[in-house]
Amino acid sequence: MKNIRLLKDHLISKIFLALTLLSISTVVLIALGLFYKSVPILNSTSLYNLLFSSEWKPFKEAFGFYPFIVGTLWVTAIAIIIALPLSMLTAIYLSEYAHIRVRKLVLPLIELLSGIPPVLYGVWGVLVIIPLIQDQIAPHFVEFTTGYSVLAGGIVLAIMIFPLIISIVIEVFDNVPQDLRNASLSLGATQWQTTKKVVLRKSIDGIVAAVVLAISRAFGETIAVLMVCGNLAQVPQNLFDSAYPLPALIANNYGEMMSIPMYDSALMFAALLLFVIIFIFNALSRIILYRIEKRNN
Amino acid sequence: MRKIEENIFKVLMILSTVIISSTLFMIVYTLFSKGIGSLSWDMVSKIPEGGFYIGKGGGILNAIVGSIYITIGSTLLGLLISLPIVIYINVYAKRNATLASITRLSYDILFGIPSIVYGAFGFAIMVYMGLKTSLLAGIITVTLMIIPILVRAIDEVVRVVPEDMSNAVFSLGGTRYESAKIILRQSIPGIVTAILLSFGRAIGDAACVLFTAGFTDSIPTSLDQPAATLPLSIFFQLSSPIKEVQNRAYAAAVILTIIVLVINIVAKIASKNLSKNKI
Repeated sequence: MKNIRLLKDHLISKIFLALTLLSISTVVLIALGLFYKSVPILNSTSLYNLLFSSEWKPFKEAFGFYPFIVGTLWVTAIAIIIALPLSMLTAIYLSEYAHIRVRKLVLPLIELLSGIPPVLYGVWGVLVIIPLIQDQIAPHFVEFTTGYSVLAGGIVLAIMIFPLIISIVIEVFDNVPQDLRNASLSLGATQWQTTKKVVLRKSIDGIVAAVVLAISRAFGETIAVLMVCGNLAQVPQNLFDSAYPLPALIANNYGEMMSIPMYDSALMFAALLLFVIIFIFNALSRIILYRIEKRNN
Repeated sequence: MRKIEENIFKVLMILSTVIISSTLFMIVYTLFSKGIGSLSWDMVSKIPEGGFYIGKGGGILNAIVGSIYITIGSTLLGLLISLPIVIYINVYAKRNATLASITRLSYDILFGIPSIVYGAFGFAIMVYMGLKTSLLAGIITVTLMIIPILVRAIDEVVRVVPEDMSNAVFSLGGTRYESAKIILRQSIPGIVTAILLSFGRAIGDAACVLFTAGFTDSIPTSLDQPAATLPLSIFFQLSSPIKEVQNRAYAAAVILTIIVLVINIVAKIASKNLSKNKI
């Protein structure tokens, strides 16, 4: 009887180990799978041309990703510029100033925000942000715009990454030892001076990690951006120009990609590009965050 | 001078907290006020009739059912894969062993990979295996996407189960597998939260199923048929030039909002009950 139980334990241990190893290798599998599908395009066009040419004519087999890469960068940059100060101020308030009751009331609301599906952000962007830009903001700057622009994409994305930045930064702040704050306060520093000179300085690497994670989230977001960015394969010149970020490009062309030669390979290359960039960003910031957690345990 | 700076920043902080926490209400309010008028019983009880996309009768039952199929299927499949992994890194591999840390790190990374990349990868697998766009392909792709969520969330609760609990099992002569069963029973509320979280994510994601699940006006009856999903149905209807159809997209958005909010709030309550049980 005893042997059977031990055997069962042993067997399960092996099966679970295999499953764990297999599932870790998903990361590698995804990279390999996407790479395998992008080999045709990499063989026919040089990497430099793929990344820096602006010519996008799938029918002529000209695949220059430059406009899409720049579009993605614009939208991501705008999102971070809007989201970073707002979420930093909120995180500081919730962790250093607010009463515990306020924190318990506000944090769940912010977390709910992260549960809203991207497509609903897209609908909201179309309903609220697009008219706002078209009628209120843009007329002060440019002659004509439809409102479907990098700015709209940036605003919608900013709201989508609020919860991510806030929750990570608060966690990082919570990892700053209370003794440090007390020491600073007992020397006569005000609470703001303590926050600025002690808490913020101590958590700078965590904040960087949070921002990098937020960038990678914004970089890969698809449907919401697709719905508000206008999707024109051009290099945007100002905030009110339409753009065509990479994820939107992939999502929008799945229908045609099988019928045009090399098209599917080009789109898989776009996915590979996203994967590689986001993988690097994620790995870096996660390692930083692990270090912080370890340092304090 | 110090006081002035402090006060300025305090005002700014409160202001941004108010802005950020009110965005949820703004979004929900906009979606409801725009969509509630077009919401009808037909929308949730009928599949699209002929000419649905030019404003004729019918509803989006196909998308609601398709979403539920995909979500339930992938959550079950995801649990089947992620529970053993969590057990392995917490019970079999000694706590904080290298393999456990590598597993956690790779799931944290996989968690950040955007759903469109999973969609493209799922598509590559699908073509490789000779599948067509189908419920099965959709479920596989969504499963890949939610496993990181499940592993991370379940791992979090399993980790806080006191080590004494498994030591007690061992001292009674139990095996690791038997201690794992005890630990899992202890973490059920957390597992429920994890399931609900992945449910919410799976039902709301569009980019992931775009290539793999396809879209259809009928309700799939087997795994190899294409399936419609709610997010895609909203997306497609919204891109229609016809006002009537656009309004239906808003109504569908209300349905999705309600589903997602209910799931998330139930998950919050479930996790609160968990922290009550914490020793």
